[in-house]
Amino acid sequence: MTGRWMMAIAGMVLAAFLVAPDRFAPLFQPLTRNGAPAIYQQTSILSLTLSHLGIVTVAVLASTVAGLVLAILVTRRSGREFLPLARTVTAVGQTLPPVAVLALAVPVMGFGTGPTLVALFLYGMLPVFENALAGLTGQSPQVAEAARGMGLTPVQRLWQIDLPLALPLLLAGMRLTAVISLGTATIGSTVAARTLGEVIIAGLLSANTAFVVQGGLVVGILAVLIHHGFQALERRARLRTGLD
Amino acid sequence: MIEIRNLTRLYNGIAVVDDVSLTVKTGELVVLVGTSGSGKTTLLRMINRLIEPSSGQVLIEGADTATLPAHLLRRRIGYAIQGHGLFPHWTVAQNIATVPRLLGWPRPQIDARVDELLALFQLDPAQFRNRMPHRLSGGQAQRVGVARALAAKPDLLLMDEPFGALDPLIRAKAQADLRDIQRRLGTTLILVTHDMTEAVDLGDRIAVMDGGQLVQYAPPARILTDPATPFVRDLIGTGDRALRLLSLTPVSDVAAPGRAEGPPIPAEASLRDALAECLWSGRDALPVAGGGVITLDTLRALARPR
Repeated sequence: MTGRWMMAIAGMVLAAFLVAPDRFAPLFQPLTRNGAPAIYQQTSILSLTLSHLGIVTVAVLASTVAGLVLAILVTRRSGREFLPLARTVTAVGQTLPPVAVLALAVPVMGFGTGPTLVALFLYGMLPVFENALAGLTGQSPQVAEAARGMGLTPVQRLWQIDLPLALPLLLAGMRLTAVISLGTATIGSTVAARTLGEVIIAGLLSANTAFVVQGGLVVGILAVLIHHGFQALERRARLRTGLD
Repeated sequence: MIEIRNLTRLYNGIAVVDDVSLTVKTGELVVLVGTSGSGKTTLLRMINRLIEPSSGQVLIEGADTATLPAHLLRRRIGYAIQGHGLFPHWTVAQNIATVPRLLGWPRPQIDARVDELLALFQLDPAQFRNRMPHRLSGGQAQRVGVARALAAKPDLLLMDEPFGALDPLIRAKAQADLRDIQRRLGTTLILVTHDMTEAVDLGDRIAVMDGGQLVQYAPPARILTDPATPFVRDLIGTGDRALRLLSLTPVSDVAAPGRAEGPPIPAEASLRDALAECLWSGRDALPVAGGGVITLDTLRALARPR
């Protein structure tokens, strides 16, 4: 319960800051030197936040669709032999540093949002894939046996039994991916994607700690809120599937 | 009628079920019994093609089951398993409605069928219809599992150790209820168990499996008095077979005209119950409710191989 209150307060403070950042100037003033501005002014922080969230949402959805489809394919009878390959591919996606992906993608795709989306997509696939895999393979053998024995076709088993029962774990995977992507997206601003990284980088370039802190705080609070939102969804899904 | 003809299943060249043939008459309750690894479950699962036979045929009412797509075949055959296998994310009603829904029954008909089955299994529809499986007791879940298997009014019901997960008291009640419901509906039932007592109590006929082969297929009395092989004899255990034999016959079948003292025994009680009552009350004969007597001499004669 206290957790929910904390979330509500954090959410309200964040909203207040995004709507009228200038009112928070006195708070950030002590972090500036030589009369530098306390609040980032070049672009509205609200529009940067919305753009940041948009990029993360697209990347997470893309990772989820790809990870889930991959997990479904390698758990079918005909795709089972591709399981080790799929594991390797997603693991490599996670090990490639996003910075390296940006550096490789820019010459091909040019500056902007594109390379960032690619980096986040690759980086976020592993948690979704592994969790979807665990959800699809981890159900009770009796349930699978009963579903087959009742005369459900393979497609019906997937949609009516396997996927609903895997939903809580899939959501947990999406939560990890969303939180990771939210932080990682900031580096997209080094290649001109519109993210909150712009505020942090501006702060680093002009040695203005206030910018770094406000950019970091917005990203951090967003991550905590999204983390909790997903956890609430997972709880509901688990209750519905009778797992709790 | 179910005809199993020369059914064989090989795994890596080894026969798990080896050339088994048997016929189950409509409305009969046949128990497949054997130790683990005897092939009884494999045999059962070949009937609804959860396992495809390596060779041989299964005919239901003369039609070869191999000619139907497997999932359509399975919707015509009820299937209940140990530990019930209820879908945890569906309510009791949704679970029971599984096969009728797959068959495309109209909604009102499905709802009526669900309530009918819940009542048949002594579960109050208003209370249980919308309950989730994890909020059922073991006995309730088992009954829902059987109700689900019977939902689309199959002519044939297959059960794999359906009472395996129940404690003894609930198990005896569940067995009696199943027998009762099976007789009432006239469903042909093939049940797998490793428990010979369960087989004798429930079966019209018992098929004993050993090492993938059918070693004896006979009514319980025949299995008890005339085991075909030493293996069958070991399986039934010889210690209390006289009592088991008596348990197969109701008192009403052998009551003779006459009079006896003391409180009467119900006509549907078994001879085993009658013997116990004779010993307990120190009488040589008991009056049978509805007329006749049963004597210790009769019991003695019937407790031996004929």
